[in-house]
Amino acid sequence: MAEDFEDIWAYLAESPLLGLTATLFAFLVAQLLWERIGRPPILHPVLMAMALLMAFLVMADIDYDTYFEGAQFIHFLLGPATVALAIPLFDQLHRIRRLLLPISVAVVVGSLSAALSAILVGAALGASYETLLSLAPKSVTSPIAMGITERLGGLPSLTAGLVLVTGALGCLMAPLIFRLLGIRDETAQGFALGLAAHGFGTAQAFGIGAAAGAFAGLALGLGGLVTAVFVPLLLPIMEFLFV
Amino acid sequence: MLYGITILLSFQLLGELLSRLLGLPLPGPVIGLALLFAVLIAFGRVPAGLRTAAEGLLRYLALLFVPAGVGLMVHYQRLEADAVAIAAALVVSTALALALTGLVFQWRRLHPRRNVDEEDG
Repeated sequence: MAEDFEDIWAYLAESPLLGLTATLFAFLVAQLLWERIGRPPILHPVLMAMALLMAFLVMADIDYDTYFEGAQFIHFLLGPATVALAIPLFDQLHRIRRLLLPISVAVVVGSLSAALSAILVGAALGASYETLLSLAPKSVTSPIAMGITERLGGLPSLTAGLVLVTGALGCLMAPLIFRLLGIRDETAQGFALGLAAHGFGTAQAFGIGAAAGAFAGLALGLGGLVTAVFVPLLLPIMEFLFV
Repeated sequence: MLYGITILLSFQLLGELLSRLLGLPLPGPVIGLALLFAVLIAFGRVPAGLRTAAEGLLRYLALLFVPAGVGLMVHYQRLEADAVAIAAALVVSTALALALTGLVFQWRRLHPRRNVDEEDG
């Protein structure tokens, strides 16, 4: 009987079905837990699901590549989901047209400051070149950020993790920063949250109000596009400075 | 739904194709996003099937990050080695981006150079 179970387990541990099911299961459990403890931004369900899965893989002695055989079916959907960001962006078209100037200035300033300061601080404190490449797009929504890192030659899964931590940090720091600097305009708060803390920030902005949420979604999409255009242009400079 | 998924994947494919063919620095899905955005502006509205598919995917966007996020466990040693630099870079740049974006947006919106209509929310 015990032997049978070991055979079955050995088969299941290698099968894509386990990785796929475990991912969905961990996410649902994390979401449920998160609702129960009052939705704290720092313990986002994505972070909890990641922790649960890592613990499970370590305990079950399954390596990441085997897990990813199954999880890749979920991962693959990031591509079409990125393309799908065109729809909420299109829904904001009337706002974009009306506030073209503040939007474009804020997107460029915000995206540049996020990427440049991350690279400079990381480099000043001695981070490796690959880490710097993976840090550069961390303020951008994961599907776009991972695409950028892949193009740069960084580590997409490191970027994915850094993006998630950035989102949680942004939600945590935003109320304090807005209060200290007197950023009281709700659309400005939403825009800053979407730009600096992507999807996490957008969710928090919808808590401030519908307009704040809409501007956060707008900043998320536009910030992703501007960063995708701009960060690869930094590559030769970074190579020159840090390699 | 199927119709919408096909449109999304076609634009992604087109984006990948253009990205490789022209050697663009942009990832394929981002080019797909920009192309679809342009086509929607030209078309003037979002077809119902496309909206269903897009909203279905975006509702579960958070889930889609999980498999790659778990990959952090592979980078454990790198994270340990660069922990201070990474933590400082994340905190400083996130705070800076929040502050600058918020200030610039609020300032530009309240002091428009040209006559920009007020937002009605």
